[in-house]
Amino acid sequence: MNDVVLADRAAAEEESRIALTPGRPEKISVRDLDFHYGDFQALKSVNLPLYEKTVTAFIGPSGCGKSTLLRVMNRIYELYPNQRATGEVILDGQNILDPSVDVNLLRSKIGMVFQRPTPFPMTIFENIAFGIRLYEQISVAELRDRVEQSLQRAGLWNEVKDKLNASGLSLSIGQQQRLCIARGIAVKPEVILLDEPASALDPISTAKIEELILQLKHDYTIVIVTHNMQQATRVSEFTNFMYLGRVIEFDRTEKIFGNPRQKRTQNYISGQFG
Amino acid sequence: MDLYRRRRLKSRIYMTLSVCAAIIGLIWLAMILAALFWNGLGGLSASVFTQNTPPPPGDNGGLANAIAGSVIMTSVAMLIGTPIGILAGTYLAEYGRYTRLATVTRFVNDILLSAPSIVVGLFIYEIVVARVGHFSGYAGALALAVLVMPIVIRTTETMMLLVPDSLREAAAGLGCPRWIGIGAVIYKAARAGILTGILLAVARIAGETAPLLFTALNNQFWSTNLNGPMASLPATIFQFAESPYLGWQKLAWAGALLITLTVLLLNIIARALTSQKVGR
Repeated sequence: MNDVVLADRAAAEEESRIALTPGRPEKISVRDLDFHYGDFQALKSVNLPLYEKTVTAFIGPSGCGKSTLLRVMNRIYELYPNQRATGEVILDGQNILDPSVDVNLLRSKIGMVFQRPTPFPMTIFENIAFGIRLYEQISVAELRDRVEQSLQRAGLWNEVKDKLNASGLSLSIGQQQRLCIARGIAVKPEVILLDEPASALDPISTAKIEELILQLKHDYTIVIVTHNMQQATRVSEFTNFMYLGRVIEFDRTEKIFGNPRQKRTQNYISGQFG
Repeated sequence: MDLYRRRRLKSRIYMTLSVCAAIIGLIWLAMILAALFWNGLGGLSASVFTQNTPPPPGDNGGLANAIAGSVIMTSVAMLIGTPIGILAGTYLAEYGRYTRLATVTRFVNDILLSAPSIVVGLFIYEIVVARVGHFSGYAGALALAVLVMPIVIRTTETMMLLVPDSLREAAAGLGCPRWIGIGAVIYKAARAGILTGILLAVARIAGETAPLLFTALNNQFWSTNLNGPMASLPATIFQFAESPYLGWQKLAWAGALLITLTVLLLNIIARALTSQKVGR
């Protein structure tokens, strides 16, 4: 890539940044983020804003770094050796990559839902109560209320209210995923990270999850990684297209899917590669 | 057509050979069990559980002291070996999974797992019996604990590794400190498997004779004093089966049957536990 192209791109990015401003503050700002798995560089100087109480979709072909980027935001990658992130991820003015940030406290503020449902081997009630008890000491009655609220919020209450003492594993896959979302919002996070939350689900469960996302965005900043472009257009306001560890284009979702600036974005969303 | 006939013939030959091999393997087990029941059932009576080992010729008596000794030493061994085994297994599967220390520990543990039990007995003889100056139930229990540890370490690690990492990520993702995640989530998911390992360890040491010979020795009399020589079923069987006295031999058969039934029962429970879902 020569300098002219780079300069062009910088100008285009600057222009889009101005055009993008949605009137909402940036909840998270990613700045010059690099990420390595051992010797392999998975993210290359990523810069990205995530606006408060909006849904941002990460799209791109497999291995482009979208899940990796998601996993930096709650530092979950630190569970594994030889993975390291450099750069800045600013959450409410604080760089969360700073070693002095308490990682457990951070994760209680940033919820995460995974591709495959991960209910704990406990009752439905305990699955939700577990997270609440980690950071709050509340009475049994209050706890019950909170569990009910969370399940209501996740649209699961009516299906499970008569069997709160059944194992979380006894639910269907789609219900398990909503249980995981309920578990995530029970601890009152500010940001919710969704890593292909519907890719293992049937169409009806997928529709329920998408409805849920549209409701939750009024209270939470949501990031969703998805391989399903229709899903990105249905649920997100902003879309981040990534390729080979770089942000290729970030814009309003209708812009990305209607009139993208980059040729590669055009090729990807029209199904020519990926 | 010729090709198909040849293949069918080959298939039949292999099937016949493998069925024969399976039968040969099972026949010995069946014969051992038959011999045990045939000779042991006759000797099995209430007095086996209520009376102590008799002096020769041993027509009147039981195995009460040997049974008690075995139960006591096995329990103490499990009390020592299980916590250490579970904690070490947890280290290998969780905290130290990728460390050099874990790799070395795993390797050494595998050696310990297949170490001849008589070597373990001699080791405890050297470091306990020889220094204290007398045989004791403690030494016996310690030798058995050394046998328990590698089994529990291995099964704990394996069962915890069967729990998918996504569950660890889910717990961590809630802001859950590592130790709570392990205690409340991972142990729960791996519980059946870990319990199975513990039961199999009991089954293994229940029949061990060699490590007890140099440590707990044996005792003709009723004794629950762990600080002195202690009777045990395997050691008693060893002693009685070699003797020329018919009464003793009969008791040895009864004891062997008892141990076998115990081991069988433990294995059935373990099998039932593992057939429940491990993890997810």
